[in-house]
Amino acid sequence: MADKTKVQRELAAQLIAETERLVAPLGRPVRFMEVCGTHTVSIFRAGLRQLLPDTVELVSGPGCPVCVTPDRYMDQAIAYAGEPDVILTTFGDMLKVPGSVSSLNEARAGGADVRVVYSPLDSLPIAMANPDKKVIFLAVGFETTAPTAAATVLAAEQQGLTNFYVLSAQKLVPPALRLLLADNEARVDGFILPGHVAVVTGADAFAFLPREYHMPGVVTGFEPMEILRSIYRLAQQTAAGEARVENEYGSVVRPEGNPAARRLLARVYQPVDAEWRGLGVIPASGLMVNEAYQRFDIAAVQPVKVLPAAKKTACRCGEVLRGSINPRECPLFGKGCVPEHAVGPCMVSVEGVCAAWYKYGGGRFHYGQ
Amino acid sequence: MCLAVPAKVMEIEGSLATVEIRGVQRKASLMLLPEVSVGDYVLVHAGFAMQIVTGDDAAETEALWREMNGGPRTVE
Amino acid sequence: MDNDKITLAHGAGGRLSQQLVSDVIVPILGNPVLNGLHDGAAVRMEGHVAFTTDSYVVQPRFFPGGSIGRLSVCGTVNDLAMTGAVAKYLSMGLILEEGFPLEELRRILQDMRQAADEAGVVIATGDTKVVGRGAADGVYINTAGIGDIIPGTNISPKNIRPGMNVILSGFIGDHAATVMAARHGITLPPDIQSDCAPLAGLVQVMLQAAPHIAVLRDPTRGGIAAVLNELAEQSGTGVLLEESAIPIRPAVQGVCDLLGFDPLYLANEGKLVAFLAPEDTEPVLQAMHAHPLGKEAAVIGHTTAEAAGQVGIRTSLGGIRVVDVPLGGLVPRIC
Repeated sequence: MADKTKVQRELAAQLIAETERLVAPLGRPVRFMEVCGTHTVSIFRAGLRQLLPDTVELVSGPGCPVCVTPDRYMDQAIAYAGEPDVILTTFGDMLKVPGSVSSLNEARAGGADVRVVYSPLDSLPIAMANPDKKVIFLAVGFETTAPTAAATVLAAEQQGLTNFYVLSAQKLVPPALRLLLADNEARVDGFILPGHVAVVTGADAFAFLPREYHMPGVVTGFEPMEILRSIYRLAQQTAAGEARVENEYGSVVRPEGNPAARRLLARVYQPVDAEWRGLGVIPASGLMVNEAYQRFDIAAVQPVKVLPAAKKTACRCGEVLRGSINPRECPLFGKGCVPEHAVGPCMVSVEGVCAAWYKYGGGRFHYGQ
Repeated sequence: MCLAVPAKVMEIEGSLATVEIRGVQRKASLMLLPEVSVGDYVLVHAGFAMQIVTGDDAAETEALWREMNGGPRTVE
Repeated sequence: MDNDKITLAHGAGGRLSQQLVSDVIVPILGNPVLNGLHDGAAVRMEGHVAFTTDSYVVQPRFFPGGSIGRLSVCGTVNDLAMTGAVAKYLSMGLILEEGFPLEELRRILQDMRQAADEAGVVIATGDTKVVGRGAADGVYINTAGIGDIIPGTNISPKNIRPGMNVILSGFIGDHAATVMAARHGITLPPDIQSDCAPLAGLVQVMLQAAPHIAVLRDPTRGGIAAVLNELAEQSGTGVLLEESAIPIRPAVQGVCDLLGFDPLYLANEGKLVAFLAPEDTEPVLQAMHAHPLGKEAAVIGHTTAEAAGQVGIRTSLGGIRVVDVPLGGLVPRIC
């Protein structure tokens, strides 16, 4: 074994032992929520859950943009994709997400022109090369990703493109956390805060947690060791009965975030009430293209009608997203709902909680048991 | 919810930079981070530079290790 | 040939078809068996024979380190090698789209010839069809291959027992990373290219070192995650990998970091995994290290009686997670 790996393992073991020691006097398990889906995947990929003592529980939050995107948005996207003069550009994550009756993958098989891009900016050369087509970018994501779509709108304006549009389902994290805390059904003791959202918003955007809810929060990165560090810090606060926001990702997260990105968000978007799958409509939790840039908003320029979604299943994604049940408690998990035939979005997205539980061995995986 | 990777700025042309990660190069837009210079490390998400990377998280882990072993807290 | 593009007439069986064969294909691929231009090739085989087929539709058609032509020879040679057979003869079926540039066809055929020579295999028979514009994407190639099974070997997942070692022949993901980089505007360092190579020679030296290698598999589509899951399931044993032991080039990890891929799922075109008894491990590794295609071979894990049918991996922090069967193709993701 390489020396570096050995040092890492020893450090991890010590952090975990210290965390266990800190929470022992509480006489009950502590529950921390990782808000961000990328954290969820990192935790499973590193096998962190099974390294942690039984007294430290991790619960996954609503921070997977694919999972919280409602059926209705997918239905709209699929309807646009069906128009003969439309090229849809999207992140690869959205292809398999089920709408009420089909998915973009199925639309593509049916002849729709759906192209996977790594960057929203990659949509612009496509728009330029296809002047007789409308190129629509599926703008999903949280505060991290929203500025990249906003910048793409500005770039389209600068390049004089008249056939580039976005279909926005972009969302904001703090309002969702407020909703979760309103009843704290998830019974969390602290939040592992999304590091890359905080790169844009700044750590200060989460100051309301301790101030209004006496809730600890630690901003951190996505390396397993960074996640362990945040768990240790949360355990320190919980054990001491304290609540503050700490920043364990100081290399890229500043108190004020990224001012240029925040300015761009304010320039192109306005906050709107938005529907979250499983959480319902949350006030001022979404971003819509504002009036000044409305000509880039396909929903405003050329509204599309979709039938109200009428999908009734036993899927309990909503409760999973709120952290009030774990995936195993859903009657469909691993039976009617598996990654190949996902019923709910939590099983579709690579970073969905159910997919992570299914793929990496639900809950605490112990090899051979 | 957001994959992002640190990369080194190799070249800047207008608002477009060439960034390098582990020897691999790609273009990244500087529209969200205009104040970048060649040689900086930046965090890249979906083809955009999002923030300048300062310091070293490995060093922070090391500082935490010293703290756990009785040293003063140096990480804030 | 006067015109520089494939036309429907090239596939119609008339004079142009003959010209395509005599002026383009035979000068490049020609050999005594093919040059007979009969309806089929008559060849002599020695005894126990392995037979396989595969089709190739890769985009882009040319990439650093290879092309659809090179792939179509190496892939089939390697499928035979994984059964313990040395490929001797290949067939080639070309499906061309109307309008396909002849110059590009020549380059593809030259790559096939070169790969065939490297592998010591003869392209013995072939067929060409042309379909209308839009009915295919440029060119598709099917190859079938036949080879002699090396006497004394018995390659089968049924031979896998708990306590065996799992060897990987070199760096993972070079092929997929190269193709994905070309698709998504990523520039790789000049020393990174597809690993596309015929493995027959490597397999021969391995089987000389230890004829009782339990099983060989080339981790193409779906990467080592796919083949190890298949083998775990077919043999009813568990497979436990050590993440830090899996060889991966930094630049390939870089492509994965950028596009959100897991390297365990990346396709390889010149790598193999082998399951073998502990006592066979050292001699086989030594033989591999002396071969140009096995220099970085390493033990990456072992089989276990517990976790039957499952693949686990011990991560850098010491936790173990499941390595799942891959689902569908790789697409770049931001989440």
